Amino acid sequence: MSEPAEKKLNWFQTMRERYAHPSALSKIGVLGMNRRNVSYISRYNPRHLFPLVDDKLQTKELALEAGVKVPDLIGVISEQHSVKDLAGILQRCSSGFCIKPAHGSGGKGILVITRQSEEGYRKSNGQFANIGDLERHVSNILAGLFSLGGRADVAIIEDLIHFDDCFSGFSYEGVPDTRVIVFRGFPVMAMMRLSTAASNGKANLHQGAVGVGLDIGDGHALRAVQFDKPILLHPDTGLNMMTLNVPHWEEVLNLAVSCYEMSGLGYLGTDIVLDRFKGPMLLELNARPGLTIQIANGKGLLPRLRQIEGLSHKKRMSVEDRVAYAREHFTDHR
Amino acid sequence: MASRAPFYILVSLLFFAGLALTLHRHIAFDIPWFPGEQRQTWSIEAKVDFEARGEPVTARLAIPNTQPGFTQLNQQTASPGYGLAFVDRKGGTYAEWSIREATGNQSLYYKVDMLLDPYAIPAEQEPVANVKPNVEKEPYASAAQMILDRATERSSSNYTLARELIHEFNNQQQTAELLAQLKPKTIWIAQLLQEAGVPARRIHALYLEDGRRRQSLIEYIQVFDGEDYEVFNPETGVQGQAENMLLWQYHSGPVLEVVGATNAQVTFSMISQEQPFNIALNQKFADNEWLNFSLYTLPLEEQAIFKGILLIPVGVLIVVLMRILVGIKTSGTFMPVLIAMAFIQTSLMTGLIGFLLIVGVGLMIRSYLSYLNLLLVARISAVIIMVIGMIAIFSIVAYKFGLTEGMKITFFPMIILAWTIERMSILWEEEGAKEVMIQGGGSLLVAILAYLAMNLDWVRHLTFNFMGIQLILMALTLVAGSYTGYRLLELKRFKPLTKLDKQ
Repeated sequence: MSEPAEKKLNWFQTMRERYAHPSALSKIGVLGMNRRNVSYISRYNPRHLFPLVDDKLQTKELALEAGVKVPDLIGVISEQHSVKDLAGILQRCSSGFCIKPAHGSGGKGILVITRQSEEGYRKSNGQFANIGDLERHVSNILAGLFSLGGRADVAIIEDLIHFDDCFSGFSYEGVPDTRVIVFRGFPVMAMMRLSTAASNGKANLHQGAVGVGLDIGDGHALRAVQFDKPILLHPDTGLNMMTLNVPHWEEVLNLAVSCYEMSGLGYLGTDIVLDRFKGPMLLELNARPGLTIQIANGKGLLPRLRQIEGLSHKKRMSVEDRVAYAREHFTDHR
Repeated sequence: MASRAPFYILVSLLFFAGLALTLHRHIAFDIPWFPGEQRQTWSIEAKVDFEARGEPVTARLAIPNTQPGFTQLNQQTASPGYGLAFVDRKGGTYAEWSIREATGNQSLYYKVDMLLDPYAIPAEQEPVANVKPNVEKEPYASAAQMILDRATERSSSNYTLARELIHEFNNQQQTAELLAQLKPKTIWIAQLLQEAGVPARRIHALYLEDGRRRQSLIEYIQVFDGEDYEVFNPETGVQGQAENMLLWQYHSGPVLEVVGATNAQVTFSMISQEQPFNIALNQKFADNEWLNFSLYTLPLEEQAIFKGILLIPVGVLIVVLMRILVGIKTSGTFMPVLIAMAFIQTSLMTGLIGFLLIVGVGLMIRSYLSYLNLLLVARISAVIIMVIGMIAIFSIVAYKFGLTEGMKITFFPMIILAWTIERMSILWEEEGAKEVMIQGGGSLLVAILAYLAMNLDWVRHLTFNFMGIQLILMALTLVAGSYTGYRLLELKRFKPLTKLDKQ
């Protein structure tokens, strides 16, 4: 009699090991996908503002108007027949550049050229591409290969980011970027995304990039995860991830927070890169930021979101006040 | 945040409206909750015999219609060489046979199927025509008057008058015998009731008993009181109609009229049958003009289409639940439903093999198309043409090998297949084979679940017969759309967070 019962018990045990009890998650305040969509995105992000962030070109124009720093725009190709002008456009920039679709999502279709020389265009993984490859990439972008729903798109060519030396060793090939979730103008949670060999130089967490939770207080590393599992050392370079500390932290937060005013979106993911020369720059905005940031931080978003929701709306706080408020309340150091 | 009250009111309105509609259909139209329930029908055959004398013959047989307790389903006749028409005359329906010349014994058959149906929707009854009172000669007039007076004294209403009149005929044997010399008792009763201002007439009924043959009609008296009527047995005065009593002729005309022949008579034989309710309902509503919000009033072909269409909400609900409650990723939001619809046509195994075959081969050919560097629309179009080609080739190959199952591959929606191949191919290039397996597997899993749900006889039965179910599905979808709890797969994804807490 005992054997099937035991088997059943085993199965139950495995389930308990693999799956968290919903009440355990809600105790930590983990934000789930459904609640994010219903209670935050659809409530705080007006639908008509989505095009502003879904179109990187519009985001860029908006940022320039608002005085938010963004990578320089080298050129835009919006028609199939102007693809042949690509080589001419590329001569305007001396060294590296990157080509991306204006409506791309999840880092799709971003081609980074670190150097152009006689041999051709050197991609971030060290391989060389010729102008034909680049033209094909651009025409794929125009055809909507990388955009949401396959809509026709435009290709943006912008200046390469010279990422800060302080991250060398933490990132394999790609550009490390900092994701800050800004809720109603308050930075609530931050993480750095570092590309790895497994992620093919891309900073996408579900492709194997490392996510490092950052303390809102001072920008030091809290925890690192890859494929949703905690890690301590970088899988490629072996560096201890806990030694990571983002410089210019206040500037990063200020930049992220000013995106709230600029975009009008209440629940916003901002992707920020640190340029060696120009400091923090806005890379792109996301109106539907993912939830893995919670795993990277080892914390749920809900308590912080609720704390902000509970604040009185009457007094308008300046960007600096809000950053100061967040740095004081959302930190481990105290 | 805006109050959720209107939302919940809307959802509960939808839910209860759906429930009420469903219950109404169950109770008012006797549509069972489960498929495969049987309904009793009677097949009744009338045989008309006469001797023809080589002259033109017209035979007219009164035939029954839908009436309280019985719904007429279909009717057929067997009468070689005779012209046939169904005619409406004097408020009743007749089968009219005609022939230019016939000799000897002739037999004409008329068969009708009647559904035993407490919810029958009868055609309006022809009211009794006001006939001029017959002036009878003495002594019949005073004898009849005496009986009528006695009955009138003892009665209070139309029905009681009819009952007492029958009793008087039974009690006053001598008077009754006297009157019977002139015309039959039933005619007298109907006539006297008419004289007393009570609408009444003779009707002919048939007792239904399974397997009986050579039965004949029995005369009854139908007495009206306003819109209602009651049936009286002229021998016993018993009021009311037994469940197995079919009114064959209930208008003022004759049952059988034959012109040009002699010795005409009609006999009946009958059998009882059990029929699945949907066949019975189909026949019931097939030629019913009555405004009835039922799909059974549609032609069979449209019914079949609706059977499929009404299943889609079930499949869609499965997708909603799998995505919102479980968190399964699918390639293309409702692609699984369309695949499931195709599975219903092809059967699961054939469909699954066909799908994997087409998508697999399609992905291989599509990977070549990537090298051609085509514009998106042209590329998708190329994939569509390719899918059609593959379907044709697979069908031919399957046919050559004698696998007729393989022919069913044509049921797949080709445009959807082409888009699936295109999406999978891009996914493969961008995210790798693993993601293709996850999303493809997720889509197939959801498609199979949707197929299993949509293929349940019970589900098909409910969605087709109860429109209210659609409202209930709508309510469930709305509720699912406002679910803010965790998805099942998130419980696994965020598990590391709970461990961290305990450290």
